[in-house]
Amino acid sequence: MELRSNIPSGPLQQKWDKHRFEMKLVNPANKRKYHVLVVGSGLAGASAAATLSELGYHVSCFCFQDSPRRAHSIAAQGGINAAKNYQNDGDSVWRLFYDTVKGGDFRSREANVYRLAQLSVNIIDQCVAQGVPFAREYGGLLTNRSFGGAQVSRTFYARGQTGQQLLLGAYQALEKEIAKGGVTMFPRTEMLDLVVVNGRARGIVVRDLVTGAITPHMGHAVVLATGGYGNVFYLSTNARGSNATAIWRAHKRGALFANPCFTQIHPTCIPQSGHYQSKLTLMSESLRNDGRVWVPRQKGDARGPGQIPEEERDYYLERKYPSFGNLSPRDIASRAAKEVCDEGRGVGPGGLGVYLDFADAIRRLGEDTIRERYGNLFEMYERITDENPYRVPMRIYPAVHYTMGGLWVDYNLMSTIPGLHVLGEANFSDHGANRLGASALMQGLADGYFVIPYTIGHYLASTPLEPVAPDAPELRDAVRNVENMGQQLLGIRGKRTVQSFHRELGKIMWEHCGMARNAAGLEEALRLIPAVREEFWKNVTVPGSGAELNQSLEHAGRVADFLELAELMCRDALHREESCGGHFRTEHETPDGEAQRDDSRFAYVAAWEYQANGAAPVLHKEALQFENVHLATRSYK
Amino acid sequence: MALFWASTVGKKLVMAVTGLLMAGFLVTHMTANLLAYLGPDEINAYSRFLHTTPEVLWPARLVLLASVVLHAVSAYQLSRTSARARSEDYAVHRLQVATIASRTIRWFSVLLALFIVIHLLHFTSGTLLPGFLEGNPYANIVTGFQTQRGMAVFYLAMMVVVGLHVYHGAWSSIRTLGLSRPKAHPLVRPIATIVAIALWLGFSAVPVGVLTGAIRPAGDTTYTAHAR
Amino acid sequence: MRLTLRVWRQPAPNAEGRLVTYTADDVTPDMSFLEMLDVVNEGLTEKGESPIAFDHDCREGICGSCGMMINGVAHGPMKATTTCQLHMRSFKDGDTLTIEPWRAAAFPVIRDLCVDRSAFDRIIQAGGYVSVATGNAPDGNTLPVAKGDAEAAMDAAACIGCGACVAACPNGSASLFTAAKLSHLSHLPQGQPERYRRALMMVAQMDEESFGNCTWFGECQEACPKDVSIDEIARMNRDFWMASLFERDEKVSTGTG
Repeated sequence: MELRSNIPSGPLQQKWDKHRFEMKLVNPANKRKYHVLVVGSGLAGASAAATLSELGYHVSCFCFQDSPRRAHSIAAQGGINAAKNYQNDGDSVWRLFYDTVKGGDFRSREANVYRLAQLSVNIIDQCVAQGVPFAREYGGLLTNRSFGGAQVSRTFYARGQTGQQLLLGAYQALEKEIAKGGVTMFPRTEMLDLVVVNGRARGIVVRDLVTGAITPHMGHAVVLATGGYGNVFYLSTNARGSNATAIWRAHKRGALFANPCFTQIHPTCIPQSGHYQSKLTLMSESLRNDGRVWVPRQKGDARGPGQIPEEERDYYLERKYPSFGNLSPRDIASRAAKEVCDEGRGVGPGGLGVYLDFADAIRRLGEDTIRERYGNLFEMYERITDENPYRVPMRIYPAVHYTMGGLWVDYNLMSTIPGLHVLGEANFSDHGANRLGASALMQGLADGYFVIPYTIGHYLASTPLEPVAPDAPELRDAVRNVENMGQQLLGIRGKRTVQSFHRELGKIMWEHCGMARNAAGLEEALRLIPAVREEFWKNVTVPGSGAELNQSLEHAGRVADFLELAELMCRDALHREESCGGHFRTEHETPDGEAQRDDSRFAYVAAWEYQANGAAPVLHKEALQFENVHLATRSYK
Repeated sequence: MALFWASTVGKKLVMAVTGLLMAGFLVTHMTANLLAYLGPDEINAYSRFLHTTPEVLWPARLVLLASVVLHAVSAYQLSRTSARARSEDYAVHRLQVATIASRTIRWFSVLLALFIVIHLLHFTSGTLLPGFLEGNPYANIVTGFQTQRGMAVFYLAMMVVVGLHVYHGAWSSIRTLGLSRPKAHPLVRPIATIVAIALWLGFSAVPVGVLTGAIRPAGDTTYTAHAR
Repeated sequence: MRLTLRVWRQPAPNAEGRLVTYTADDVTPDMSFLEMLDVVNEGLTEKGESPIAFDHDCREGICGSCGMMINGVAHGPMKATTTCQLHMRSFKDGDTLTIEPWRAAAFPVIRDLCVDRSAFDRIIQAGGYVSVATGNAPDGNTLPVAKGDAEAAMDAAACIGCGACVAACPNGSASLFTAAKLSHLSHLPQGQPERYRRALMMVAQMDEESFGNCTWFGECQEACPKDVSIDEIARMNRDFWMASLFERDEKVSTGTG
């Protein structure tokens, strides 16, 4: 299979404009004859569904939550980047582009990232017009904060609830279109298979999570905007419902999965407190603007943070990365935290934590300013840990947060299955091996508001699509496939809960495919995962039936997919014998412990093709061309 | 306008406006009652003024009557809506901040309606007051509360209800109309509290005055009732 | 800690429900309330019983999925906290907890502690948005917004749509939810053109969904995990009577003609 990225020719700055002109348009009167199925209602899904409906397409939108407003985009705290240069500090589309490519450790496509940086500007305008209450200066204009991985202030925010406010903007646009009749919304509905007819994505099979009814929905194109797969680690900052099922089942129908091993570990999360832990809570990275990260110099120092004098503290980020300091990119900050904890200098229960200290900032700016900036985050921290961060430094530890990998898409955000488009975190496209803070919101909205509305029109206008008969064999096969899997899961009636398998898988992944990886560990994981999977299919217990609201059954299906995806992740991590961004192979580090990329061998996207019957997946490579940026060793020193 | 009445918010606004009108009336009524402390002349003169000025009395009566009816009908219909909205109750439901006044207002307002009827039959028409003297409210007050001790106690109890009703009603009317300014503690209500306490004390002062002898029959004093 | 739980179990929307008693052992103070339920559910599953169904997703207090009455209080005893952010340190060993779903005619029970809150989505559909299509927006800084207005809008926009206001209100009123969305948009210049029409439409939809009316108990504000103030309801009412008595929306719409 040849991977055609379909990147337009011409200078980088003109590619998107040129492409927009070259793409075919759908006649306005014909748009309503096209039916687009959008799966997921987060930033990417809701913005895509709303915009497509505004253009006149007939849209069906699906989400597993009880309302589209609950998608996990809502939990993003810190902000959204845009190259507005409102602060006059030297920002530009080019700088945002460059920062993102560099932040991604040169494993993303130049053309996609440049387009993202261009569109970032429109996103802010659109969101302001929708009534997103961004933070303002006293003069009434928009204000910015700085964020990890950048030396300019380009992050727009709405207190610590930026994701919520942007999602509510998209959700409101979606509800507006639902009221007009352009979008039909299917909440509490989960996509469980993709229907491919004549090689094109033509529909999906869904389960109504309330009644258990399994039905196909047919259309002319399918858009997956179902988020990332961080929950393969069991503990992550993702919502409990976040899952890989939609993209994994599409993968099994022929969509290639790109760079599955690129996962991001977020440096500022609240450490785990016990075995019952169900998720990890992220504290916005924006905290690193004013908080200073440190651990005791002394190994096993059991004194409280207040008892440790200044000269016995190691502000290790400031020491190792003097120019970026506490604002070093996420992967670097995470690994540095792991390092000091591995050295036995970690703090808190189990020594798995570092301090994030606001004492200096409070002295400098006053408690009120800190409260205004981070009040809700501090409250959240106190609610969870019962410690007051205005008095005692926060304890933080890295946690799985985002997955840069995802279904492979071309420049038009179309996967290797024609008609199947993938947006937001579910695709692999823009962040390379590491995502910069405040860029996920930007990508989700760029994809949904400003990319897919054009590119899907081009697909529809240039593709002859025959109606699919309701009894088409592909359709019947997909429905049967879903029904069988459900019955199989319900029929095992084994001894172990779904949760226990998920936890076991997560542990394997965190240990062997987490912050630092090596060949021996990955091989070990590749031995362990199939065994867990085998036991799962023999010994899991799923109570109840398929004809009712059955949360165990939902979870079981998702864990079954994670058990397969995990293996692919390890395989990908094992094959990529270099360190880049979130993928750190201990065999490949510079003498001072930084990631050692190997551009001569690995400057490509690894896209994996599923093979039925347990055969090993086939690797396809899309070479990455860097014509505009110089492949440099990433340095934040 | 029909839409306005059909809406729960519209009905609440009707209740708020009529409620405030009635609260205004109560303040006037209570102030006039206190004239009893100045002796029979003052209060009887006020009464005479009202009865000889129909162009004031009747519009006021009509507005009050309309207010009572609209207030009661809205309240009844809204309480039915709310009862339907919470058709099944919790096994355990602990209210956090709702005041006694707000919790009791529905049932107490039924009692209040009953009281108004009794009050009108008592002091306005005299049906329930043996020895009622037309045009001599001072004498009627004194006889009423002196000879009918039970009635006096009933009045005193109902004045607590009036106070509670105004404590919640006046405050919530202002909020329903959206006339209050945003506050850090929206449940605090100084003005409604003052008005409610003033009405409770002011109204109670008359029966208490009669019972304690502070307000005495006209013959016991140097004053003489003006016979009509 | 060891707790006794009395949990509402109802297998299906129209089925009979009842309170069933369970024991939760090995509860630790640092557990979240939902993690405590997870542990109970794992125990039930291992015994082959059906676990307690409850809605939850982000578990960091922002998605608005979770919510249950805990001992008669929406989201439990801690103020300004969602159920997922409530920790077991709020309870003592030996406590008995009664756990019930949100109850309102507009929120029918789907199963156990899960209720159908789609009425909220329909209230938003009635007008809880700015009618701006993608691509129409001028530069974000062409429209200054006073800092105070942006902050007031944000206070209201913090609503997570969990439904605790309805659940806590003895009248089953959705006034706080509806008013929060109206206030979010009415504080901003972007929300002005449709301000009065929006108030009329959303209030009408709120009534349509068979929510009760507001009698100012103040319980909603107390239950709200995001501290949305009942002042927003006063603002909603003001916009409503301005709209209906002075036909403000007519003036606005002719202004653009």
